[in-house]
Amino acid sequence: MLNYIVRRVLYAIPILIGVNLITFTLFFVVNSPDDMARMQLGIKRVTPEAITKWKQERGYDKPLMFNDTEEGYAQFTHTIFFEKSAAMFAFRFGRADDGRDIAHEIKTRMVPSLAIALPVFLLGLGVYIVFALIMVFFRATYVDFWGVVLCVALMSISGLFYIIGGQFLISKLWHLVPISGYGSGPDAAKFLVLPVIIGVVSGAGASIRWYRTIFLEEMGKDYVRTARAKGLPESIVLFRHVLRNAMIPILTGAVVVIPLLFLGSFIAESFFGIPGLGSYTIDAINSQDFAVVRAMVFLGSLLYIVGLLLTDISYTLVDPRIRLE
Amino acid sequence: MSFKPVILWTDALVYLLVAVIIVFAWYVRRNEHLRAPWRRVIRSASGMVSLTVLIFFIAVGLLDTVHLRPAVEKSNSANGERIYSVDVLSLFDLIAGPLRTRVEKTYSAPFAAYLYARETVELPDGKQVREFPRLEFGGAHLQDPETQLVADVVRRAGAGGGVGLLLWGVVVASLTTVLARRDGKNFLPALFNIWRGTTEVPWKAICGMLALILLLLGAALALCGYYHIFGTDKVGQDVFYQSLKSIRTGLVIGTLATLMMLPFALFLGIMAGYFRGWVDDVIQYLYTTLSSIPSVLLIAATVLMIQVYIETRTELFDTIAARADLRLLFLCIILGVTSWTGLCRLLRGETLKLREMEYIQAAQAFGVSHWRIVSRHILPNVMHIVLISTVMDFSGLVLAEAVLSYVGVGVDPSTISFGTMINAARLEMAREPMVWWALLAAFGFMFALVLSANLFADAVQNAFDPRVKILPAKAGILPHRRRREESKGKSVSSTVEDSF
Repeated sequence: MLNYIVRRVLYAIPILIGVNLITFTLFFVVNSPDDMARMQLGIKRVTPEAITKWKQERGYDKPLMFNDTEEGYAQFTHTIFFEKSAAMFAFRFGRADDGRDIAHEIKTRMVPSLAIALPVFLLGLGVYIVFALIMVFFRATYVDFWGVVLCVALMSISGLFYIIGGQFLISKLWHLVPISGYGSGPDAAKFLVLPVIIGVVSGAGASIRWYRTIFLEEMGKDYVRTARAKGLPESIVLFRHVLRNAMIPILTGAVVVIPLLFLGSFIAESFFGIPGLGSYTIDAINSQDFAVVRAMVFLGSLLYIVGLLLTDISYTLVDPRIRLE
Repeated sequence: MSFKPVILWTDALVYLLVAVIIVFAWYVRRNEHLRAPWRRVIRSASGMVSLTVLIFFIAVGLLDTVHLRPAVEKSNSANGERIYSVDVLSLFDLIAGPLRTRVEKTYSAPFAAYLYARETVELPDGKQVREFPRLEFGGAHLQDPETQLVADVVRRAGAGGGVGLLLWGVVVASLTTVLARRDGKNFLPALFNIWRGTTEVPWKAICGMLALILLLLGAALALCGYYHIFGTDKVGQDVFYQSLKSIRTGLVIGTLATLMMLPFALFLGIMAGYFRGWVDDVIQYLYTTLSSIPSVLLIAATVLMIQVYIETRTELFDTIAARADLRLLFLCIILGVTSWTGLCRLLRGETLKLREMEYIQAAQAFGVSHWRIVSRHILPNVMHIVLISTVMDFSGLVLAEAVLSYVGVGVDPSTISFGTMINAARLEMAREPMVWWALLAAFGFMFALVLSANLFADAVQNAFDPRVKILPAKAGILPHRRRREESKGKSVSSTVEDSF
C-alpha cells in the first residue's frame, strides 16, 4: 500500500512538470512579454520605456530559458522560466498586479470557497443518491419515466439560469436572503444558503440520471436475484445490497472532485460576491492578471492529481476485492 | 444588388462539415449493417421529434453561414470599380432585413409601443414634458396603442398562426400522399395509419411537433414585422433577431469544437491502443497531463493568450467580422484541444480490446500492413464510440459557450451569441421595472436547442451503444407493468456534462 502511494506520488511529478511546461509555453512563448506589456498598457500609444518599466516591475525583463550574461548556475536561475514557472513547485507564486502576494491570497480565499463548495458537495451527494434510489425503486413506472424526463430537462438548462433565476426569485422577489455578499463566522450562513441550494439544483439533472444508471446496472447482477430469491423485501435489497455495491462507481466520480472543491465554483462565487478562489480567478481573467491565472492553473492541476490519488486509495477502503500492488 | 461572397474561416469549416455529413449519409445508405442502428434512431419518437426541432435550428444556422459583402450603392471610384461595404452580412441578415435595421433608441418591452425609459419630449406648444415616447417601429402603425394593441396582436398572431397551420396541412397531405403511394394504399387509410401511430417512422409525433413549430413560426413571422416580439436591448436592437443570430454561434461551437477534437482523439487513441509500448506511454502521459488541468482554467489561459495575439496584430484582418470569426474559430480549436482527452481514453481502451480479436490477429498473420489493419478493421469498429461522444458533447459545448462568455473568455463581444446576450442583460437585473426579456429569450432558445440536442443524443446512444441493448433485458428480471417505458432514457455514459 505504502509502496503504491509512493510510486503514485512519484508518477505525479512528471505530470506536474508537463503542466508547468504547458503554462510556460502558453504565457511566455506564444506571446512574448513585450506583447503582453503592449496589450496591458494599451495597444496604440505605448512607448518602449513604458514596456521596459512594465517588464521590470514584474520581473519579466530576463531571457526565457538561458541567461548568457550571468555566470555558473545563475545562467539558468536568472531566467523567466526558473523564476516564474519552476518556482511554483516551491509554492512561490509571486505577486499579483495589485502587488499582493498570491500565495497569501490563496490561503485566505480558500476558506470561503470551501464554505460554499463543501456543503454543495455533501448535500448534493446525499440528495442525488436519495432521488436516484427513489426512481430505481419505482423503476418502469410513471414516477421513473417522468423523473428521467425531468432530469433531461434540468440538464438542458444553463447553469447561469439557475443562478440568475434563484437570485431574482428568492432574494429580489421574496427577500429571504441577501442577493450577494459574504460575512465571517455564523453570519456567513445567510449568505451561503442560496448559493448552496442553487449549486445542488444545477447539478441535479446529470447526476441523478447518472446515479440511476449505476443503480440499474447493479440491479441486473446475480447477487440481487439471489437476495430476492431468499425472500428479502425490495427495500432491503435496494438499500443494503444495491446501494453498497453501487457506492464504488459513485465514489470514483465523487472523490476526484474533493480536492477541486478548494477552487470553488467559478461562476457562483462571482455572481454571489463570495471572496473565494473562483471569483479571484475570474477577476484575474477579466483584468488580465497573468500571474494569478498561471498560479491557479498550477494549483488546479496539483489538486486534480491529489484527487486521483485519493480515488485509488478510497477504492481499497470500500472494495475489499481491490488490492493495490 | 451586386455583392461579393465572403467565406470566413468558420464558414469554410461548416461547409466542410456539411460535405462530410452528406458523404457519410450516402455511405451509410449503401451499407445495410450501418443502416440498421440508424433505423432504430428513426423509430424512436423522442429522437425524431427532437430532430424536427433541430432541423429548424440548423436551417437558420446554415442561412446565417452564407456570408457576403453587399456593394455600396453609389460607387464613386473613377474606373468603375465596385466598392464593397465593410459590413459582412449573411443570407439570413438579408431575409431578416427589417429586423436588423429597425433599431429603437434603447430598451423596450416585448410588444411594447412605448420606450422603456422616459424622455424629455417637446410638445407642439413649446412645453417640455417627461414621458415615455412612442417607439419608432414597434407598434408604429397603431393610432392609439392603449386600446388597439391587444386586439391587433391577437388578430395578427391568429392570421399568422392560421397561415402556419395551413402550410402544415399541405405538408401533412403531401406526406400522406407519398406514404400512400409507397405502400400502395389509398389516401385515407394511410392518414389513418399515421393518426393511430402504427407507421414505422413515428410520423404522428413528428407531425404534432411540426404543427407546433409552424404555428409558432407563423405567428412570430406575422408579428415581428410590426412589433419587437421579444423587446429590444440596450442599444435598441431587436432581441428576436439576436436570438436567431445566436443559433449559428451555438451550432458552430457545438459542432466545430468536436470536429477539431476528432483528429487528435482518433489518431492518438488508436495509436496508443494499437502499438502499445512506448507509444502508449507517451500518449497516456500527454493526455493525463492535459486532463489534469481544470478545463475552465486551461481554456481561460489559452483564450487570454489568443486575445493578446489578435489584439497586437489587428492589421491582419480587413473586417471586424473576420476578426470576430477568427476568435470564434480559436475558441472552437481551444475547446477541441482541451476536450479530446476523454474520447482518446475511450478509444484507447476499445482499441486495446479490439487488437486481441481473432480477425485482427489473422490479418496480422497474413502480413497486412498496420495502416490497413487500423483503417479497415479497427476504425470502423470504434466509430460508434466517436458518434455517441460527438452527439453527447454537443449540448455541453453550447452550454459552455454561455459560461465562457460570462467569464470573459468566450466569443468576441461583437459576435451575437447566447453568452453575450446573457452577459449584457445580466447587468440590468437591478433595474426597476426589471429588464427580463433578453435574458428569458436567450435562455428559452438555448433550452430548446440543448433539450432537443440532448434527446436526440439519447436516441442515437440507445441505438448505437451495444451495452444499452443488453440492459432492458437484464433489468426486466422483475416482471413489471410497463416494460416498454423502461428502455427509454437509459443512458450509459460517463461524459461530464458541464464541468463548470
